[in-house]
Amino acid sequence: MKPALAERAAPTGHDVAPHPEVRKSRRKSSLRYKLVPYGFLSPTGVLMLVLLVVPVVMVIGYSTMDNVITNKNPVFVGLANYVEILTDPTFHVAVRNTLVFTITSVVAHLLIGLCFAMLLNTKLLANRIKAIFRVIYVMPWLFTVAIIAVLWRLLLNPNGVINYLLQAAGIIDQQVQWLSSPSTALLAVTFINIWAGYPFFMISLLAGLQGVPKDLYEAATVDGAGAFKQFLNVTLPQIKPIIVSMAMLDIIWTSQQFALIWMTTGGGPLDVTEMVSTYTYKLAFSRYEFSLASASAVIVLVASMVLAFFYARHQNARD
Amino acid sequence: MSNDARNKKWSALVGATTAVLLVAGCSGGGDDSTADGDVTLEFTQWWEPELPDGALRALMDTFEAENPGITVELLSGPYASTKEQVVAGSATGTMSDVVGLDGAWVSDFAKQGSLADMSALMTDAGYDEDQLASQIQIDGSTYMVPVINFVYPLFTNDGLLADAGVTAPPSTRSEFFDAAEAVTAQGDNTYGWILPLSMEAPNGIQNDVMSWAWASGGTMLDDGQPDLTNDDVTSAVDYVQSLWDAGVVAPGSLTMKEQDKVEEFTNGRAAMMIDSLAHINLIRESNPDLSFSVSSIPAEDSFTGERGIPYASWGIGVAENSEHQAEAFKLVEFLMSEETNSELSSLANAFPGNTSAVPDFVEGDELFQDAFDIYTSGYPANEFVGLPVAEQLMRLFDEQLQMTLTGEQSVPEMLQASQDAWMAEF
Repeated sequence: MKPALAERAAPTGHDVAPHPEVRKSRRKSSLRYKLVPYGFLSPTGVLMLVLLVVPVVMVIGYSTMDNVITNKNPVFVGLANYVEILTDPTFHVAVRNTLVFTITSVVAHLLIGLCFAMLLNTKLLANRIKAIFRVIYVMPWLFTVAIIAVLWRLLLNPNGVINYLLQAAGIIDQQVQWLSSPSTALLAVTFINIWAGYPFFMISLLAGLQGVPKDLYEAATVDGAGAFKQFLNVTLPQIKPIIVSMAMLDIIWTSQQFALIWMTTGGGPLDVTEMVSTYTYKLAFSRYEFSLASASAVIVLVASMVLAFFYARHQNARD
Repeated sequence: MSNDARNKKWSALVGATTAVLLVAGCSGGGDDSTADGDVTLEFTQWWEPELPDGALRALMDTFEAENPGITVELLSGPYASTKEQVVAGSATGTMSDVVGLDGAWVSDFAKQGSLADMSALMTDAGYDEDQLASQIQIDGSTYMVPVINFVYPLFTNDGLLADAGVTAPPSTRSEFFDAAEAVTAQGDNTYGWILPLSMEAPNGIQNDVMSWAWASGGTMLDDGQPDLTNDDVTSAVDYVQSLWDAGVVAPGSLTMKEQDKVEEFTNGRAAMMIDSLAHINLIRESNPDLSFSVSSIPAEDSFTGERGIPYASWGIGVAENSEHQAEAFKLVEFLMSEETNSELSSLANAFPGNTSAVPDFVEGDELFQDAFDIYTSGYPANEFVGLPVAEQLMRLFDEQLQMTLTGEQSVPEMLQASQDAWMAEF
């Protein structure tokens, strides 16, 4: 290896200028050396180009046509599709529902995940008990969305277990149509999403909690801080970067939740669970309005990019 | 190895990988003919999962034996994902050579130009169209042939009806209403009727709501255009509203799907439902003790004419982008032949699309015999077949019906709103 290092050593003032052919050869090999990293990156670059950039550009292009796919000769209409989407009352309902669904889910994911993570991190419980809790708490994460949807459709059926238990406990007098009633459907799908999503927060926050230096707690104890003050002044600041990252990721994921909504309520009843994702899907695969669907998707893309920007900036700040 | 040599080697490797990925990413499916002239036909459908294991493959093996040089590759999936696959194939010009179709999709695909004109294929092949029970045509050209048909009669839980003092399945709307009330009055979470109105799969509008109009000889169209405010549809929706108001409809309707409906009936919590004959074996397998029968959908009390009975088809079409349309039509011919069509309809418990075919289940099963009698005494009715964006029309109607059932508007307001929404789609 030594000769190679010597070859790469920076020239000193005592060096004699190399022959032009040697310089040319060095430039070539230097250029090749600089290109190697790009060569390694090229497969990923090609995949991103084919699977990400090209479809996104196509969808943006589609969104400015009168209609595509069903129309063999589409005409450029500029922002007309965006105007139609943004003035559609159903889209407003979908945006409102998506906001309620997303904000409630993310806040609940965070609170439940943090509570369970702290429970699993406490010294007050024996390791065996914590292991059992860990298995139970992480269970929702093991199911796919399809299974979660089927499972909760059965549980929340008017004749399902939930109504039976609530009636047996004397909490309700008559069956509640959790997913079919306009007054409870959004609450029900939000609850299912919370149930399905908190383990991810729990696991991530648990990892964060286990990384908090113990001497910080010892110092806080010496300073006379109780458990609550230690939580506020030691624990929270230490895991804040994880909380912020997770929350931003969860906002992006939850706002695009489609499968769960589609398989439990289909956006109904009466649009009370209509989300931007189901709205877009119906435009494309029910009405075959692919340009309007593209415009709706681009609006979601822009909103996601704004969130992704803040997420990336936060990550850079951490680094 | 020197650094230069190592770099050169890695650069070559990465370059080669990139080239392979580019080629793999950019190349299409290519021609599905082999060098020796053999042809592989792709056949996308949802039928294979719904037939006994290996049944459709066995039919394809027979076809391949009869047509040397043609191989059939089955692309099977559930109904919903098959639809999405066909939509995507239609959009990208990569539709399989032969596709299973629902009549509700045909208009849109035909307008997109993604389905081949089967009238022309029949002429080219010298095919005798008279043996086909029906053809789905757009502007005078056939784009889909119904291979087999599933009718949707009224299913009644005889035990629940008997417990409520009802001795025979109802044949009029009044009898149905009384029977539904009597069963619901028994309590114990049992209801007279079950109505799925899920927005995800809004086919309840076709099968469970509009069927009341068709059963009394009614129509929802006038000269091919929506006519939802006519007396037939008004009477049918009024009737559904009256059942709802009487509290005889099982809870959960607004997000209920067809499979939920069948499950509730099978579990004995709903006494009556309108459902596909295809589910008879499923119900028997799930609850062997359930005593049930099938009958005509009740008509208006004064109605004496021929009753329309809703149906759904396993249709078939040929892709416009197929390079082997002649071979694809041979597969259609095979499936529509008397022998194959009889066998397929027997396997699926459906009625044949070939006028000469006779399924063997009709003579061996009382329920199927009853269903066949209903089928032959009335006429198949499904006005959604061939309409543009048929599923969207059902969804639009569904939205308005849900608002009506929950008391947000009256039936006339609902029908006018649906009519306006449908006209916008037309």
